[in-house]
Amino acid sequence: MIQETRIVLKNAGKIDPENIDDYLKAGGYEGLRKALSMRPVEVIDELLEAGLRGRGGAGFSTGMKQRFTSESCLRCPQRYVVVNADEGEPGTFKDRVIMEQDPHLYLEGTIIAAWAIQATKGYIYLRGEYTDSIKKTKKAIEDAYERGYLGKNIMGSDFSFDVEIRLGAGSYLCGEELTMLESLEGKRGTPRIKPPFPAEKGLFSMPTLVNNVETLANAPLILSKGKAWYQGIGTKRSHGTKIFTISGQVNKPGHYELPMGVTLEDLIGLAGGMRGGRPFKAALLGGAAGTFVDSSMLKERMTYDNLKEKGATLGSGAVIIMAAEDSVEQILHNCLRFFRHESCGKCVPCRTGTTILVKRSEQLLSGHSDRKTLVQQMLRESEMMAATSLCPLGQSPILPLKSAARYFLEH
Amino acid sequence: MSTQELIRQFDPGQDNLLNILHALQNTHPQNYLTEEALEETARYLKMTKAAVFGVAGYYSMFSLKPRGRHVIRICISPVCEIMKVNSMIPVIEGVLGIKTGETTNDGLFTLETAECLGQCQEAPSMMINDKVFNNLSEEKIREVITRIRSKKS
Ligand SMILES: Cc1cc2nc3c(=O)[nH]c(=O)nc-3n(C[C@H](O)[C@H](O)[C@H](O)COP(=O)(O)O)c2cc1C
Ligand code: SF4
Ligand code: FES
Repeated sequence: MIQETRIVLKNAGKIDPENIDDYLKAGGYEGLRKALSMRPVEVIDELLEAGLRGRGGAGFSTGMKQRFTSESCLRCPQRYVVVNADEGEPGTFKDRVIMEQDPHLYLEGTIIAAWAIQATKGYIYLRGEYTDSIKKTKKAIEDAYERGYLGKNIMGSDFSFDVEIRLGAGSYLCGEELTMLESLEGKRGTPRIKPPFPAEKGLFSMPTLVNNVETLANAPLILSKGKAWYQGIGTKRSHGTKIFTISGQVNKPGHYELPMGVTLEDLIGLAGGMRGGRPFKAALLGGAAGTFVDSSMLKERMTYDNLKEKGATLGSGAVIIMAAEDSVEQILHNCLRFFRHESCGKCVPCRTGTTILVKRSEQLLSGHSDRKTLVQQMLRESEMMAATSLCPLGQSPILPLKSAARYFLEH
Repeated sequence: MSTQELIRQFDPGQDNLLNILHALQNTHPQNYLTEEALEETARYLKMTKAAVFGVAGYYSMFSLKPRGRHVIRICISPVCEIMKVNSMIPVIEGVLGIKTGETTNDGLFTLETAECLGQCQEAPSMMINDKVFNNLSEEKIREVITRIRSKKS
């Protein structure tokens, strides 16, 4: 059977997350030492060539993003690193595992990113509900200051960087990067229009790099072990590992770190197989803003590109497993209800669209006589929303809806 | 500590607004943001009252109305639904003698729903204030609530 490949989680469960000496003994802050011995552009090139892609959902090249941020507005007096630790996609808890079990790893990645783009200030926007992650991160920051990995003249260099935690307050939408910046500025969490991107005009209008916790946790490893090592993990086009969080109808739900390119079947096997031997029905990949797939996808490779070609998503790495007894209609309804709840109401297509979709999915659940027409209507409405909504949240309902229709509802 | 002292522990930047609101709410025995606290915050951060009230009202973790000493937030997102949270909610409502959204007469509990708490590996899940309770069963719910009740008396 397939084995886990733990690189990001290599220390998880093995070291005391609140003891910096444990982290140092396990090779901690070596990636930062290496980075500081390189020029910032060399650090960016290393991450770019390693092929690291954002683990927050979109899979954008981390090196590219850092390059854009470091090259934009050269006259700006400040640039920022913002860590997206607002994990809110249903079924996703990978960042929580990193923050609870090895907080220095992503903190080190944050400091490396700051050096790469020459930021002197960073914010960790951390989900308000994640009590333990908050506590562990606070302790890691304190200890890093004490040992000179944060603050003035980091590790004896002339680089200085400060970081602070800011707590989220229960809005899924604030996980979206531009909304997060609004929230960080002390405003309501409603989206900004893109462009400009955060790289051009981010926090307090300054160039800002927004990266996910898991993305940043990869950086120290790439720097200390080199890009060739990293390129050797995963597939030709998707390098490295992904932490999948598997939940629902499996015997051993939890977090599993695997090379890019494993199959859904492998994942279920690793998670102890179907709960009590129940027959598999569906997987919801990537959470509410994700896609349903049926058993025809069990042998497909889970990479950003392959899943995209098949009309599915990898997203945050959430893998929610449903058994024969579960209803796809019911869980689709739950996803649509989730979007209605999290819609900020700023634009009409999303505000009314999410309400209409919930109503129609209730009709679907209560056994509407003309199922086919109803599903077609819902698809049209979600397409309209995708085309006219202001931000990605309004463009999301189409994902679970279209995939549910394709694999289940239209039969 | 007075409200003012609490607020003054933070730097007076607007980026500290959410952190301040969390601190204010967490130290209030009724788990909510009072008008006076919000006004004080607005003065301190040099923001308009409307802006601060707007923010406080926007985020689902904040309440502008008094709540119970223990705020129960039970997750109703997809994984918890698959793991049968829908049969747990009537259990909690029954044990507390209230409906979702209400507060018990003794002011001890408020029951709310929440979206994915990031605990899906052990769904169904809920939080009571800042503590997580996973693998909910009828038994576990009764036990947890009884324990909190008995601590009170
Ligand atoms: C509605 C919505 C919610 C999001 N939630 C998160 C989240 O919880 N965590 C996260 O890292 N990215 C989230 N994202 C993606 C971010 O906008 C952004 O792409 C990410 O932080 C970039 O980091 P990365 O390049 O390291 O992946 C969300 C996006 C949308 C549209
Ligand atoms: S699409 Fe939805 S969440 Fe986004 S701005 Fe419009 S109403 Fe708000
Ligand atoms: S869906 Fe309930 S904790 Fe994730």
